[in-house]
Amino acid sequence: MSSKLDLDPLVVRAARRLAAKAGRPVVDLARSHTTVSVERAVLRLAGVHGADQDGIPWVNRLVDAVRADVGLGHGIATPVFHAMRSTGIDDITVLAQKAATGALRFDVPEKKADVTAARRAARKATGAGLKIVDRRRAERDRLIKRWGDPEQRPWIYLIVATGDIYEDIPQAQAAARAGADVIAVIRSTGQSLLDYVPEGATREGFAGTYATQENFRLMRAALDETSKELGRYVRLTNYASGLCMPEIAALAGMERLDMMLNDSMYGILFRDINPIRTFVDQRFSRQVHARAGIIINTGEDNYLTTADAVEAAHTVTVSQLLNEYFAHEAGLENWQLGLGHAFEINPELPESFRLELAHALLARELFPDAPLKWMPPTKHMTGDVFRGNLLDGFFNLVGALTGQGILLVGMMTEAVVTPWLSDRDIALQNVRYVLTGAGNLHEDFVPAPGGFIQQRASLVLAEAIELLEKIVDDSLLTAIAEGTFGIMKRPADRGKGLDGVARHEDGYYNPVTEALES
Amino acid sequence: MSIVRPYGDTTGDGMVQLSFTLPIPHDKRAEGAAVQLANKMGMDPALLVHAKPMGDGFTFFVVYGRVSHLVDTEKVQVVERDFPLLSAKEVNATIKRRLRRRLNVVGACIGTDAHTVGIDAILNLKGIAGEKGLEYYSELSVTNMGAQVSVPDLVETARERKADAVLVSQVVTQRDAHLQNTRAMTAAFREALPAGKRPLLIVGGPRFDELMAGELGVDRIFGRGTTPREVASYLVHALVGSSS
Repeated sequence: MSSKLDLDPLVVRAARRLAAKAGRPVVDLARSHTTVSVERAVLRLAGVHGADQDGIPWVNRLVDAVRADVGLGHGIATPVFHAMRSTGIDDITVLAQKAATGALRFDVPEKKADVTAARRAARKATGAGLKIVDRRRAERDRLIKRWGDPEQRPWIYLIVATGDIYEDIPQAQAAARAGADVIAVIRSTGQSLLDYVPEGATREGFAGTYATQENFRLMRAALDETSKELGRYVRLTNYASGLCMPEIAALAGMERLDMMLNDSMYGILFRDINPIRTFVDQRFSRQVHARAGIIINTGEDNYLTTADAVEAAHTVTVSQLLNEYFAHEAGLENWQLGLGHAFEINPELPESFRLELAHALLARELFPDAPLKWMPPTKHMTGDVFRGNLLDGFFNLVGALTGQGILLVGMMTEAVVTPWLSDRDIALQNVRYVLTGAGNLHEDFVPAPGGFIQQRASLVLAEAIELLEKIVDDSLLTAIAEGTFGIMKRPADRGKGLDGVARHEDGYYNPVTEALES
Repeated sequence: MSIVRPYGDTTGDGMVQLSFTLPIPHDKRAEGAAVQLANKMGMDPALLVHAKPMGDGFTFFVVYGRVSHLVDTEKVQVVERDFPLLSAKEVNATIKRRLRRRLNVVGACIGTDAHTVGIDAILNLKGIAGEKGLEYYSELSVTNMGAQVSVPDLVETARERKADAVLVSQVVTQRDAHLQNTRAMTAAFREALPAGKRPLLIVGGPRFDELMAGELGVDRIFGRGTTPREVASYLVHALVGSSS
């Protein structure tokens, strides 16, 4: 798409430079710390499977045991693989089970030869896990080649959320047959605050279904069946967010999920997870996503559900720029950046639609190669389903006019019920009408030079730069602590999961990070 | 006028509209079935204006029709909320003006209950159904203790934070756990704090009978479908007084 907003390239470059400057200290923080979940992800890639009788995964038990003996600052890999050598146990899950009984004592080897040997074994074991991730990625490429991508952009993204994976499956397959290109399985409320990943197929959740490796596998297999039947590769989405971001990213890579919700600040702002924990976990999880060829979806839409969508429009831009910086730093490419934004301006406001167009176009032009994720109205959906359907139609129109990559289908019964079969059908009819009737309207749509839309976009960008400058001066952690995003105040020394963070000691070793950064 | 009937375009025409889905494929028989349902619901005549197949074996219908029922507005019975529903702005303004400090709220799921869905919906910024939780209110200072909190911990935290109100959520009802946990909680607060110092005690959950407050020793019970705004409005009403 050629430029429609006539943005000053120097200003755009300045914005990116500021985002990098603001993000850099956070990256340094992430590079010098680890977390229990990062280390558990290493163990998962090294092949630790299963859970104890109470459903606590062996990775948790093993990390807890090592941590009690030597702390986390050296990384899990060296003490664990040193113990495997010295005890002669060659199955890492068996080692975890032994460790859970308290029968083993872990230490960090001092002799150089021991360290080298432990590291070599760790590299080999986690290398096998990464090989699964690579094979899954190649498999996806092959299946897309065989069955094809959706014919149109934006891709149509629909949600299922029954709480029971065996109920989700037929619903997801029906949604795909009805036209969905991407299926997202909403997670059970509260999973983001669990400091472990549940095991196995699950049949009860609250307003969603638990993210587990087995649920991932079951749903992906079902959608493969449907993709074959439809002659179109249907993508699967879940959530790498909350306290177990790194582990869920690893599981998603091993089970060929295609997209993952992964925002740099969502957990901090909306789940009160400690900022440092979040940034450390986020960097690792994004490195894994980069390797797995997974498209991330960021969560800027959420800011607009709390703050005013006009006043806070520039905070979305700032967050997108930060998310882009963090994503690139972690190795993700532009095609993997489903940067989020939303249609949340009060429809009673004069010119609300033109403002929406300006904001959506700004995102499009700032990130020309990213498959932006366009989120439907929620805040001003009142239960008046007739008006809601109209709003969703205008939302779809903005999506078509501004070349959005992923369109989350809005439901007229938002805030009323979890979508009924008929709600989904009516919503898809709405999308199809707009895309069929006006899908190419973007070719003719050129905002007047110097007109309302161009001016509004420039203003939002200018405000974004102003805010970025302030963040650079005060530091991003201070900005978060002071409630700059989504108006939540989250200081760096508070929030959930802080006790699972450890500073790297000299000689910290993580074979997965090593492989992903090489 | 106390007797009314629905209004389409003429007084007294009794016209209503209805949409629904039947789990059968679309054909003549399905349309007949839709009309039959509308007739049984009291629509006569029932005009089937739209029928559309959806997926495998489902059909969506829109029906317009006349109902003969009369409604007597004098005989309507509603349970009135006994406090005014305030906006977030009004809640904050009232607390600021009358209390002159932030109002302290401590929330938790007590006992073995690990279901934070209720307490999170009320407290977390994200809230529920498009309505922000109590964390969103600038004049409320919220401490969410999360799941499986023991009663002594809850009492201790409430004391430490000088809680004005304690919110407890109970979802699990096996062997009446929600009632027993609530009684244990109120007993502990009664024991630990004298009457005037005791925070407002509120429980919520989908299976509570809202009339049992006295029996359980709590100040208020909130049932299914309660929104954060209702809770905030109640807090203002009970602790700060009216906004006028």
